[in-house]
Amino acid sequence: MTPSIGNNITIMADIQGKISKLFPQAVFEEGQTLTVTIPDAQWHELAKTLKEDPELSFDFLVTIVGMDWQEKGMGCVYELTSTRHNTHIAVKVLATGDRNKPFVHSVFDLWAIATVFEREVYDFFGIIFINNPDMRRLFLSIDWKGYPLRKDYDADPKLNPVAPFENERQSDFTDTYVELPDGKIEKRQERVFAEDDFVVNIGPQHPATHGVLRFRTAVDGETIKKIDIYLGYIHRGVEKICESLTYPQTLHFMDRLDYFSGQIYHHGLCMAIEEAAGITISRRAQVIRVLMDELSRIASHCLFIGTYCMDLGATTMLFYTLRVREQILNIFERTCGARMTFNYGCIGGVMQDLDENFVKDVHDLLDVLPKNIAEYNKIFTGNVIAKNRMENVGVLSREDAISWAVSGPSGRASGWACDVRKTDPYSIYGELEFDEVVRHEGDSMARFKVRMDEMEQSARIIAQLIDNIPEGEYCVKVPKVLKLPVGSWFKVVEGCRGAFGVYIESDGTTSPYRLKLAPPCLPLAAVVDHITEGSKIADLITIGGSLDYIVPDIDR
Amino acid sequence: MPYEAWKDNEYIESLVKELQDSGTNVIVGTLDNLINWGRSNSIWPLTFATSCCGIEFVSLGAARYDMARFGWEVARASPRQADFMMVAGTIVHRMAPVMRRLYDQLAEPKYVIACGSCAISGGPFKKSYHVAMGIEDIVPVDVFVPGCPPRPEAMIYGIMQLSRKIKVEKFFGGVNRQEKQEEFLKNHPVPGVND
Repeated sequence: MTPSIGNNITIMADIQGKISKLFPQAVFEEGQTLTVTIPDAQWHELAKTLKEDPELSFDFLVTIVGMDWQEKGMGCVYELTSTRHNTHIAVKVLATGDRNKPFVHSVFDLWAIATVFEREVYDFFGIIFINNPDMRRLFLSIDWKGYPLRKDYDADPKLNPVAPFENERQSDFTDTYVELPDGKIEKRQERVFAEDDFVVNIGPQHPATHGVLRFRTAVDGETIKKIDIYLGYIHRGVEKICESLTYPQTLHFMDRLDYFSGQIYHHGLCMAIEEAAGITISRRAQVIRVLMDELSRIASHCLFIGTYCMDLGATTMLFYTLRVREQILNIFERTCGARMTFNYGCIGGVMQDLDENFVKDVHDLLDVLPKNIAEYNKIFTGNVIAKNRMENVGVLSREDAISWAVSGPSGRASGWACDVRKTDPYSIYGELEFDEVVRHEGDSMARFKVRMDEMEQSARIIAQLIDNIPEGEYCVKVPKVLKLPVGSWFKVVEGCRGAFGVYIESDGTTSPYRLKLAPPCLPLAAVVDHITEGSKIADLITIGGSLDYIVPDIDR
Repeated sequence: MPYEAWKDNEYIESLVKELQDSGTNVIVGTLDNLINWGRSNSIWPLTFATSCCGIEFVSLGAARYDMARFGWEVARASPRQADFMMVAGTIVHRMAPVMRRLYDQLAEPKYVIACGSCAISGGPFKKSYHVAMGIEDIVPVDVFVPGCPPRPEAMIYGIMQLSRKIKVEKFFGGVNRQEKQEEFLKNHPVPGVND
């Protein structure tokens, strides 16, 4: 399954040869992945080649990492993956202009998700993307002073106080920066909605948005014309806080992003740090981590099914699914000591050894799980109302799923085989037998069924491992003061909702220079506008629920 | 739960003593008891959750913890129908005005429970540039439930503390709560309210 390292090097050399022929200015660095550094002037052209050349075809933009290299200027790191060739590349783009107004050319015309990713970079770093049609701030209010992730950001709370008694100022216009033929950059304003649009506000306090998410919805009768998504109602600035913490201290935030994938996110960040520090963890710790990952996947999908059915009016399902979830939380609690924020993974392995009853408890769970899944199907999946509300509602094509970076179960429901456990097997996933659940309908029903089937696959993985947990130490010795060498690392794991990426840039000290968390839920929320266009307003709940985004994961 | 099992009886006793300083009228006092009995056994929460604590609140509503036993199960989506607001999760700059507005929309008598360390003090996000360090500056809080997130048992304990507070309330005559709120509004003037 795993591409051999020798093979990987030849592929990298091929890509490098091809790019350097077309773009002589490009500078290459070889590491785990090939990194290309290019000035902004050639960036759009290079992006077009990377995306459209059939031998390269980097069609999946994983994330855009904004960077402030201080005296070396500002810029972005684009993490790209080719879904056809399963190759990865990182492109570093240096912004032009001075610190007050850095510019980078937008690539929104190549990857649809770039519109939102670029807005995020603009919000945090103040890098302006030329031609991006929507250059508003994404998480912070329009009156926010400063760009928080810049190294010289003034964090004085007096500059940006909490103002609970004033409503936030809002604008009906977006900014666009257009490059004129003579090279000058002009700022233009455009309306978000047409002047005679009827706009309904949904959220942030709404039971069906699954958290504090806000949609400004333009409707024509009952048909949705456009959705303008408002984020940042739970933006907590985790990435900035991490820059002032040591590596082990950054771990606990992973439980508080997507709080259902806490174990998996821990796994991702630990793996990135371990790889950077050159720590090899024991086989026992690997098995424990994978067991915990899959248990939390089942627990997460259980809660998804429950709350989704509740959104569609079937309240009873929540009580059925939470029964299994509580059973899993019991298992977690006995080993980790907490129900939700486990903080169980640590650098070098896991925090504590397994509970003595762990194997028995998991066997009890595996015994009841198939019966429960059959029961869920009996109660809900075949139900006429459920079918009418879910089938052919919110269809997302495979191309759009890739372009919008909709990974995870939602992407697999659109026929995109994007399971990181299969495409880039990390930890011990390469040795395990399980099927990647892929469906091709792309509608809400498919997204629901993929998760249902994934629970069975997770159970299959657990069943393979539970009786042969190897002996050994659960945590290897790591230096008390952990310093990473200078460099950057990018790791992706398969969270419960999609590919979760961790980008670490280290300057050789005990805390990260930049820690970027690429959450799967931001694309899931961003694609809502695209999927719902032309559907009825009642279907917004069905579609939003089936995507299963977690708002603290979007906002971080 | 037996009275002796509570750990903070002194506090409630001092509260009762303070309230009954000027004596209690037999008729009005009995009426108060009746109203408080009704209110304290049917406090309806507003479904208001921003992050992790909200999921524990969902667990609280499900079969294992079953808050329906206590008469709290009617979680309302509209603040106009709810009695108390369980602030479950971090409140950030952008959310603060929204939360304040929800509080203003709650019908009297209204109560607030600050649930989890984020709502109490900012919690693990103390160093953040975009987190309100505790909701006490935004709305008056009746009960604090510590934890990150608090276990459902802790939430039950917290809401039971709230019912205890409601049980000693005086509806007629000296109303302790409204004084507190007026004081609060004096210190935090809201444009358009009480002008």
